[in-house]
Amino acid sequence: MKNKSNDVWVFLEQRDGTPAEVSFELLSKGHKLAATLKSKLVAVVLGHNMREVAMKTFQYGTEEVLLVDHPALENYRTAPYSDVMNELVSSRQPRIILFGATFVGRDLAPRVASFTLSGLTADCTDLQISDVVYQKREYKDLLLQIRPAFGGNIIATIITPDVHVQMATVREGVMEQAVISDAGPGRIVEIPYEPKPLHELVKIIERHREESAVNLKGASIIVAGGYGMGSKANFGLIHELAETLGAEVAGSRAAVDAGFIPPQRQVGQTGVTVRPKLYIAIGISGAIQHRAGMQDSQKIIAINNDPEAPIFDICHYGIKGDALEVIPMFIDAYKNELK
Amino acid sequence: MSYNSIVMVKQVPDTANISGQVMKADGTVNRAKLPAIFNPEDKVALELALQVKDRFGGRVTVITMGPPKATDILRECLYMGADKAALISDRKFAGADTLATSFVLSEAIKKIGKFDLIFSGRQAIDGDTAQVGPQTAEKLKVAQVTYAEEIIAAKGKKITVRRKVDDGYEILEATLPVLITVIKEAGEPRPFKAKRVMAFKNARSLLELEKMADTNSLLSVDKMKEDYISKSLFISTYTLDELKIDPQRCGLAGSPTKVHKVASVKLGGGEHESIQPTKDGLRSLIDKLAADHIFG
Repeated sequence: MKNKSNDVWVFLEQRDGTPAEVSFELLSKGHKLAATLKSKLVAVVLGHNMREVAMKTFQYGTEEVLLVDHPALENYRTAPYSDVMNELVSSRQPRIILFGATFVGRDLAPRVASFTLSGLTADCTDLQISDVVYQKREYKDLLLQIRPAFGGNIIATIITPDVHVQMATVREGVMEQAVISDAGPGRIVEIPYEPKPLHELVKIIERHREESAVNLKGASIIVAGGYGMGSKANFGLIHELAETLGAEVAGSRAAVDAGFIPPQRQVGQTGVTVRPKLYIAIGISGAIQHRAGMQDSQKIIAINNDPEAPIFDICHYGIKGDALEVIPMFIDAYKNELK
Repeated sequence: MSYNSIVMVKQVPDTANISGQVMKADGTVNRAKLPAIFNPEDKVALELALQVKDRFGGRVTVITMGPPKATDILRECLYMGADKAALISDRKFAGADTLATSFVLSEAIKKIGKFDLIFSGRQAIDGDTAQVGPQTAEKLKVAQVTYAEEIIAAKGKKITVRRKVDDGYEILEATLPVLITVIKEAGEPRPFKAKRVMAFKNARSLLELEKMADTNSLLSVDKMKEDYISKSLFISTYTLDELKIDPQRCGLAGSPTKVHKVASVKLGGGEHESIQPTKDGLRSLIDKLAADHIFG
């Protein structure tokens, strides 16, 4: 039997040496989970010249960093990263591992879960520690992995009662970052990296990174349209309103699937999570899949012709009416009032 | 060089079209009321495999794990141009999470034999986990390329793939064999070929033949199977016994993740202020937001 630990690990994701915001969000959440478990928070950092980043994790409550620093690890690649993680997880047996539900996290975490036969839940929106009775057995301090499921029509709480390592990926923007004021310096444990031929089966030929023109997360006002807009032509009204208000345009998953708007503007469980000052949801019914990505907005206006639409349950201002009539009126009223 | 591809597909409940009847009062889903469809990204994965075949030659084998009814989408694969289809089905496979699913799929793939490429959709619309592809690749010890947008080239043992990443794209060169998961934007699935629909509409999996024999005592499964094989209409079927795998690693038993609770998403009517869809109504709303320093 290997030595099992009660530690909480966060995989620190970096792009060109810059840590991803979601990693700090997860460290903040991980700090709380570790406190509940009376265990320690560990950041796992892979990359090249990452010592400074490793130190930065201390301010989020990290007590220990497992640092694997090597030129071959500069950019994320599945094979070397998953091999390193498989080895670390197998030998150290943490209780919890959190990854961002990003392209990297969703590529890496399942490989590690598959190798270590751990439970893995994708795209969690909440994590809690709780004692659980499952099939008449009592389990202490399980990780409750909470996520919308089934196209967002239900919220499921997933547990992994009978395996030690509980893994989850968590959406960006869901957990809040919190710097710990009295955080002490942690320690850095350097782990040597051994290159293997198997790691080089996939080579990066070209990397094209663009500063995303879409900045939904930073927008203070978002105008979002749903399938209820009816057509791409009608969706033009969403753009018009957004332009008037100086807002960003977004859409629900159904609007993306219908081709009304490109996927990088999707808000929701499988899209971006946002917290703007104002979110205007138009022709969006408000399935949990969508709400998961916008319900923490400061103010929400819902415009929908279906008075029963669930979006009205979470909005602050509800307008029951035809979007095609309401939007032009809204634009006119805005221009008149705020001239 | 030609390439042999395996495509992993899944029949899924159409979660995009959920109506009132589907949601039970307790907030759980009545699966029986949902139409079953071909997972959209898996269909795109098949399209890419067929394109590789069109360009370089080779064979395309499609597999699915599911109940006998999942044979429906295997027939659709044959209509589109797949050379061979196999159903992986056993009561003991039911209730599988992604880990147990990837175990069974990887064992079936080992049984099917040599492959250069494995394709699947990035994720299935009923779970949206995107885990089964990478988990299967890990079990087969092969490289993976997830979120593929385009197969750029293939030459000898190398394939060049463009994949989407958070803020742009990467072009990767992978040494075969490799498992590739495909996003929706990677291609438009080709329509069924009328000739192939005629040819394969009577193709049946073993479990379907058994069902036919159950309802008609004059039919013998062995005889029918022989007959269907001779007409190239037999869809090979892998059961637990056939795969000779540990039942403890399959289905619910082999799934570390368990559903502890399912909550209805029906919200108790939250309070909101109703705004009339009139000029005056909107004007007052805009004034309120301006007063809150959101506008202006």
